[in-house]
Amino acid sequence: MADNTTAPKSAQIAARPLSPFMLGPYYKFQLTSVLSFAHRISGLALSFGTVLIAIWVLSAANGAWSYAQFAYVARSIPGEVLLFAWSWALLYHLCNGIRHLVWDSGFAFEIKNVYLGGYLVVALSLVLTAAVWAVAFAI
Amino acid sequence: MSLRSPLSEARGLGSAKDGVGHWWMQRLSALALIPLALWFVFSIARYHVADYPTMLAWIHAPLVAIVLVLFFLAAFYHSALGVQVVIEDYVGNEAVKIGGIALVKLAHFALAAASIYAVLKIAFGAP
Repeated sequence: MADNTTAPKSAQIAARPLSPFMLGPYYKFQLTSVLSFAHRISGLALSFGTVLIAIWVLSAANGAWSYAQFAYVARSIPGEVLLFAWSWALLYHLCNGIRHLVWDSGFAFEIKNVYLGGYLVVALSLVLTAAVWAVAFAI
Repeated sequence: MSLRSPLSEARGLGSAKDGVGHWWMQRLSALALIPLALWFVFSIARYHVADYPTMLAWIHAPLVAIVLVLFFLAAFYHSALGVQVVIEDYVGNEAVKIGGIALVKLAHFALAAASIYAVLKIAFGAP
C-alpha cells in the first residue's frame, strides 16, 4: 500500500477551523436568523418560566408561610435578575410574535421590510421592558 | 390535477395528519396573549414586591381572577403547542418524540389545572 503524501496530517486536520469556530471570523450573522433563534429560545425559556408562575400562584393560595418562602427567593438578587430577564424575554417574544402574525397575513416579506421589522422588534422590546418597570415602580 | 389520493382529499388533513388545527390554534392563542401577556407582565412587575394581604386582595378581585384564568388558559395552551413544535423539529427518534410530546402535553395540562385551581381558591375564599 503506497503512502498517500497528499493526505492531510492529523495535526493539520486539528488546526482546521471547524464549525463552531467559523462563527466569529468566517461567518457573518444576519439579524433575521439571530432573531429567529431568539424567538424560539425565548419561547422555550418562557415555557420553563410557566413552572415558576404556577409556583407563585400556588404559594399564594397555600397561605402566608408558603408565600413568604416564595417571596424570599423571588426578591433575592438572582430572583430579581431572573424576573427582569423573564419580562424582556416575554416582551421580545410578544413583539416578534406580532411580526410573525404580520407575515402570516402575507405582509412585509420584502428583505427591506423584514430587516425594518427586526430592528423595530428589538427596539420596541427594550422600550416596553423599560416602560413596564418604570411605570410599575412609579405607581 | 391533484396529486393527492382520494382518501387524503376526503380527510383533508395533509401530511401533518392534523390539518391546520395546530397552526391555527397557535395563532389564535398568540392573538389572545397580546393583551393578556402585556397585562400580566405589567401586573407582576407592579405586584411582585407586594405583601401577602395585598397580593391576595389583588387576585381576589373578580376581574383580576377572571383575566388571570384566561391568561393561564391561553399561556399554557400556547406554550404546549410551541414546545411540541420544538420537539418535532429536533427529536429524530420516533419513540422519544412521541413520549416527549406526551410528557409536555401532560405537564402543561397539570400546571394549568394547578394554577387555575390556585386562582379560584383565592377568588372564592374569604376576602
